[in-house]
Amino acid sequence: MTTDTHMASAELGDTIIKIDELNKWYGQFHVLKDINLDVKRGERIVICGPSGSGKSTLIRCINRLETHQEGSIVVDGIELTEDTKHINDIRREVGMVFQHFNLFPHLTVLENCTLAPIWVRKSPKREAEDIAMRYLERVKIPEQANKYPGQLSGGQQQRVAIARSLCMNPRVMLFDEPTSALDPEMIAEVLDVMVGLAEDGMTMLCVTHEMGFARKVANRVIFMDGGQIVEQNQPEEFFNNPQNDRTQLFLSQILQH
Amino acid sequence: MSEVKIFVPAPDRLPPSNTLGPIAWVRENLFGSIISSIATLLFFYLFFSYVPPFLEWALIKANWTGTDRSVCEANTAGACWTFINVRLEQILFGLYFASKPEELWRPTLIFVLFFALLLPLLFERTPGKKWLSIILLGVFPVVFYFIVYGGSFGIPQSNTTQWGGFLLTFALAFVGILLALPIGILLALGRRSEMPVIRSICVIYIEFWRGTPLITILFMASVMLPLFFPAGVEFDKVVRAMIGITMFQSAYTAEAVRGGLAAIPKGQAEAAMALGLGYWRRTVFITLPQALKISIPSIVNTFIALFKDTSLVSIIGLLDLLNMAQTAARSVEWKGYDIEGYLFAGFIYWAFCYGMSRYSQNLEQKLDTDRRN
Ligand SMILES: Nc1ncnc2c1ncn2[C@@H]1O[C@H](COP(=O)(O)OP(=O)(O)O)[C@@H](O)[C@H]1O
Ligand SMILES: [Mg+2]
Repeated sequence: MTTDTHMASAELGDTIIKIDELNKWYGQFHVLKDINLDVKRGERIVICGPSGSGKSTLIRCINRLETHQEGSIVVDGIELTEDTKHINDIRREVGMVFQHFNLFPHLTVLENCTLAPIWVRKSPKREAEDIAMRYLERVKIPEQANKYPGQLSGGQQQRVAIARSLCMNPRVMLFDEPTSALDPEMIAEVLDVMVGLAEDGMTMLCVTHEMGFARKVANRVIFMDGGQIVEQNQPEEFFNNPQNDRTQLFLSQILQH
Repeated sequence: MSEVKIFVPAPDRLPPSNTLGPIAWVRENLFGSIISSIATLLFFYLFFSYVPPFLEWALIKANWTGTDRSVCEANTAGACWTFINVRLEQILFGLYFASKPEELWRPTLIFVLFFALLLPLLFERTPGKKWLSIILLGVFPVVFYFIVYGGSFGIPQSNTTQWGGFLLTFALAFVGILLALPIGILLALGRRSEMPVIRSICVIYIEFWRGTPLITILFMASVMLPLFFPAGVEFDKVVRAMIGITMFQSAYTAEAVRGGLAAIPKGQAEAAMALGLGYWRRTVFITLPQALKISIPSIVNTFIALFKDTSLVSIIGLLDLLNMAQTAARSVEWKGYDIEGYLFAGFIYWAFCYGMSRYSQNLEQKLDTDRRN
C-alpha cells in the first residue's frame, strides 16, 4: 500500500483530547501506566495490542465509564473529575461503539436512535426522528427503523449502534473492537461505514485488529502492551518498520491469520 | 474440464405413518414406559372414583334455592348453595353493607367499576390501554375511598371495623400491591446503589421485613403501633393492616425486581451512560423496563401469595373473605355448612389468583414477541 491511497492527514485541528500521565489501578492491579496521548480534531487513531493490555480500559476512561486514580484527561476543554455535570457534558460529545453493540433490546431501532437526542439534547421528537432516519440511511438500513434489535443480524446491529451514536452529533467517536463479535461476512459492511465516517473528518479512536482498516484510514497507530503505550507511528512506518520487539512479535502473530 | 454439477434440493417427505395420529400420541405419551403406564392407570382410577361423585354432590343434586336450611335438610345428598345464596352479601361485602340494604349499591358499584376497567385491559386490541391503566391504578382507589369509606358527598361513613368479606380482602390486596410495587422498585434500586448509606438502609429494611412472618407483622401492627403514638391517637384497624401488609409486600417485591435488575447486562447501562443519559433516565428508560419484564413472573407470584395471605388479618380481628365465610357457616341459622363456605371462598381466591397468573403469562409472551417476530 502506498501513501496515495492513504487519506490526507494535513488538515488536523487543535487538540480535542489531552491525556497526561494517566495511571489506573483495578484494586492492586496497575492496568494503565503513565499514559500520555494527545488527539487532534479530525485525527483517526487505531489502538492495537494483545488482549488484556488495557486498550478498552484506556478508551473507557475517556468517557469515564472507568475512573482513573492519577493524571488528567481533558476532553474538548473539560477536565474529567468527579463532577457528574462535567461527565455528562463530555459524554454527550463523545460517542461510543461497543464490541457487543449494546443496543436497547426493548426499543425499536428508531427509538434506540432518538432516545438520547430527545432526553439529553432536548430535541423535539419529530426533529430527532428525521435526524435518526438520515443516519440510518447513512449506515444503509433505513428500512429496519421499526424493527427491534433482536430481529437484525450482527452487522446490522452494529451499524445501528453507530447511527445511534451519530444521532448525538458527537465530536469524537470511540470504537472498542467494533467488528470482533461479528461473523466474518459482516465485518466489511461495518468497516465500510467507519471508513465513510473517517472520510467525513470524524475524530476517531478505534481499538481494532483490522489492519487493512488501520492502513486505510489511520493517521496514527498505537501499540499497547502491559498497560503502556509501547510504540506509535504512522501506519506505513508502523507496519513496515516496527521498532519495538513486542510490536514485531504482535504484528507477526496477527498477520499470520 | 469436468461437467458442472447443478444442485437439486431433495423433495420433502412425510414422516413415517406410525408416528402420527391419536393412537400414536396415546402410545407415546400415556403408555411410553411401565412407570408412565402405571401413572396413567392410577390417574384414571382416582379421577373416576372421586370426580363424578363430587360433581354430583356439588352440582347435580345440589340445593340452590330457598331462604333457610329446611331445603337443605330435606335433601342432604347435595351441597347447600342456598346458604351461600342467602349470605352472599355478608360474605362478599361484610357486615356493615349486608346490614344496610340501602347502602348495598356502594360495594356493588365499586366491583362493577373495577371489572369494567379491568376486563378491557385483558384484551389485546383495546385502544387507550394506557389511560385505562392509569384510571384503574390512580383514580379507582380514590373512588373506592369516597364510595366505600364515604363520609363526604352525602354518603354516610362506613365503619371500617365492620368492613369484611371479599371487599376487605380486595381492599387489602389492592392497596398492598399498588403501594408495594413503587416502594419495592425504589428499594431494589437502593439496594444496588453505589452509596453505602442508601444501600445499607435498603438492605436492612428488606431483610427485616422479609425475615418476619406476616402474621407477626400484623400482630405487631395491632399491638405495638399504638405504643409509638401518643395516647388518644386512634389508628384504624384496616389502615394498620394495610401499612403492615405494604411494608411486608414491598420487601418481597423489591427482591423480585432486584433479580430482574441483576439479569440486565452491564452493557445496557454503559451504553446509556455513554449517550449522556443520567441515572434516573437510564433507570426509567433502559434498565427498569427490561428488569420489570424479566421479573413479572416473580412479582406476580408475590402478588398471588399476598392475595391469599390477607386472610391472616383474622389475627387482628378483621373478617376477610375466608373468615367471613367461616363466620357465616357458624351462625345459628347455617351451622354445619362449613364445607360450602370454604369451597365458595376457595373458588373466589382461585379465580383471582388464576386470573393473575394467566395475565402474567400473557404479558410475558406479548413482551417477548414484541422483540422477535
Ligand atoms: N473491572 C475490572 N476489574 C478488575 N480487572 C479488570 C477489570 N476490567 C479489566 N480488568 C483487567 O484489566 C486488564 C486490561 O483489560 P482491558 O482494558 O479490557 O484489556 P484489552 O481491552 O486490551 O483486552 C485485563 O487484565 C483485565 O483482566
Ligand atoms: Mg477490550
